[in-house]
Amino acid sequence: MSYTFDFGPVFAAWPMLWTGVLGTLKLSSLSMVMGVALGIVFMMMRTSNKAVPKVIAIGYIELIRNTPILVQVFFVFFGLPALGLRMSAEQGAILAMTLNCAAYAAEIVRGGVQSIRSGQIEAGRALGMHTLDIYRFIIFRPAIRAVYPALCSQFILMMLNSSLMSSVSAEELTYFAQTLDTQTFRSFEIYFVLGVVYLMLSQFFSVALQVIGRVYFSYPTK
Amino acid sequence: MIREFGSAEFLFLLEGARWTVVLSLVAFTCGGTLGLVVALGRVAKPALLRALMAVYIQIFQGTPLLVQLFFVYFGLPLLGVKVDIWVALTIGLSLHTSAFLGEIWRGSIQAVPGGQSEAARALGIGYVHRMFDVVLPQAFRIGLPATISFLVNLIKGTALAALLGLTELTRSGQLMANITFQPLQVYGAVGLIYFFICLPLTYCSARIERRLNVAR
Repeated sequence: MSYTFDFGPVFAAWPMLWTGVLGTLKLSSLSMVMGVALGIVFMMMRTSNKAVPKVIAIGYIELIRNTPILVQVFFVFFGLPALGLRMSAEQGAILAMTLNCAAYAAEIVRGGVQSIRSGQIEAGRALGMHTLDIYRFIIFRPAIRAVYPALCSQFILMMLNSSLMSSVSAEELTYFAQTLDTQTFRSFEIYFVLGVVYLMLSQFFSVALQVIGRVYFSYPTK
Repeated sequence: MIREFGSAEFLFLLEGARWTVVLSLVAFTCGGTLGLVVALGRVAKPALLRALMAVYIQIFQGTPLLVQLFFVYFGLPLLGVKVDIWVALTIGLSLHTSAFLGEIWRGSIQAVPGGQSEAARALGIGYVHRMFDVVLPQAFRIGLPATISFLVNLIKGTALAALLGLTELTRSGQLMANITFQPLQVYGAVGLIYFFICLPLTYCSARIERRLNVAR
């Protein structure tokens, strides 16, 4: 083997990679928050008694879950401008990831809401609670708590998937790594370090989110 | 002259879809074989082997598939390993698959009641027969829905081959979008083809899962 490793250029470009880390976190956290919000809307349509919203929601969820996110982002970023909807790479990436996340979040949250027994809601009503309060304290908070681990994995999945947004030149970690690759040709070192950075990010968030969950959902259940 | 997106163009997409299917099947077969080894290692007795497999799984579940593929395709040639695109994709996707299926099958092996394994051991049945004739057939049933769901994920994952330059479904779509200037229709069609490949599998997986839940 005649190749000599040189990680120097990779570490020299650390400021650029750090910008990439921040870009990745921005993309994934923004689209996660908006995705869950939109997902709750789809979840309510999915569980409603009316046929039309239900069919729309099921169609949307299945369409998103059975197509690659890469095709979704191409559709959003290259396809939608044909309808007159222009956007920057970053906006396109966030829009595509939000739409993608909404479908998965809808199914995850639905699992949580269905775990709330109807007696709980009736009890809330009997106590004269406001409908909004019933939704907030009796349905959503315990439901989110029940599916919190699944939502955390979804966030990490979104973070890993955000690497695909480099293909529409959204400025995140993989995009900067590719830029660095074309400047230094240190492919092996760059993609090795890139893998390590993603691994550290996913490990960090899986622990951090677990701790946050334990604090935020620390109220007693019995 | 700019071409319209018509039936000939759609047929071109379908030709690309053929490679998507082939790539998925190759990766699923190779990755599944390796995944069985990972799963067995994950439930084996030596603690070192179990830890090693856990790290292996963590690495592939904690990094993006795209980075794994880039690493194999662009990184390995620098070390003197010649990889053409099919070899790179087969290696990358198979390793990825083996880690995910390994974890799924570990769960299903552990979900088989321990008494089954103990009874087999009490009857003096050796490791190979115990695993392949007693534990794995039962684990197979339990793990089937999750395995099919992963196959759907793998089919969607092969879209990344487009970014490495293999002309499968997504790359065919990119080419067609560039020729016809109708990205909305082209990517819509590409999405629908994926949808109709994946939907039957998703449906199967959900059906089997329901049936298993009723049986329990």
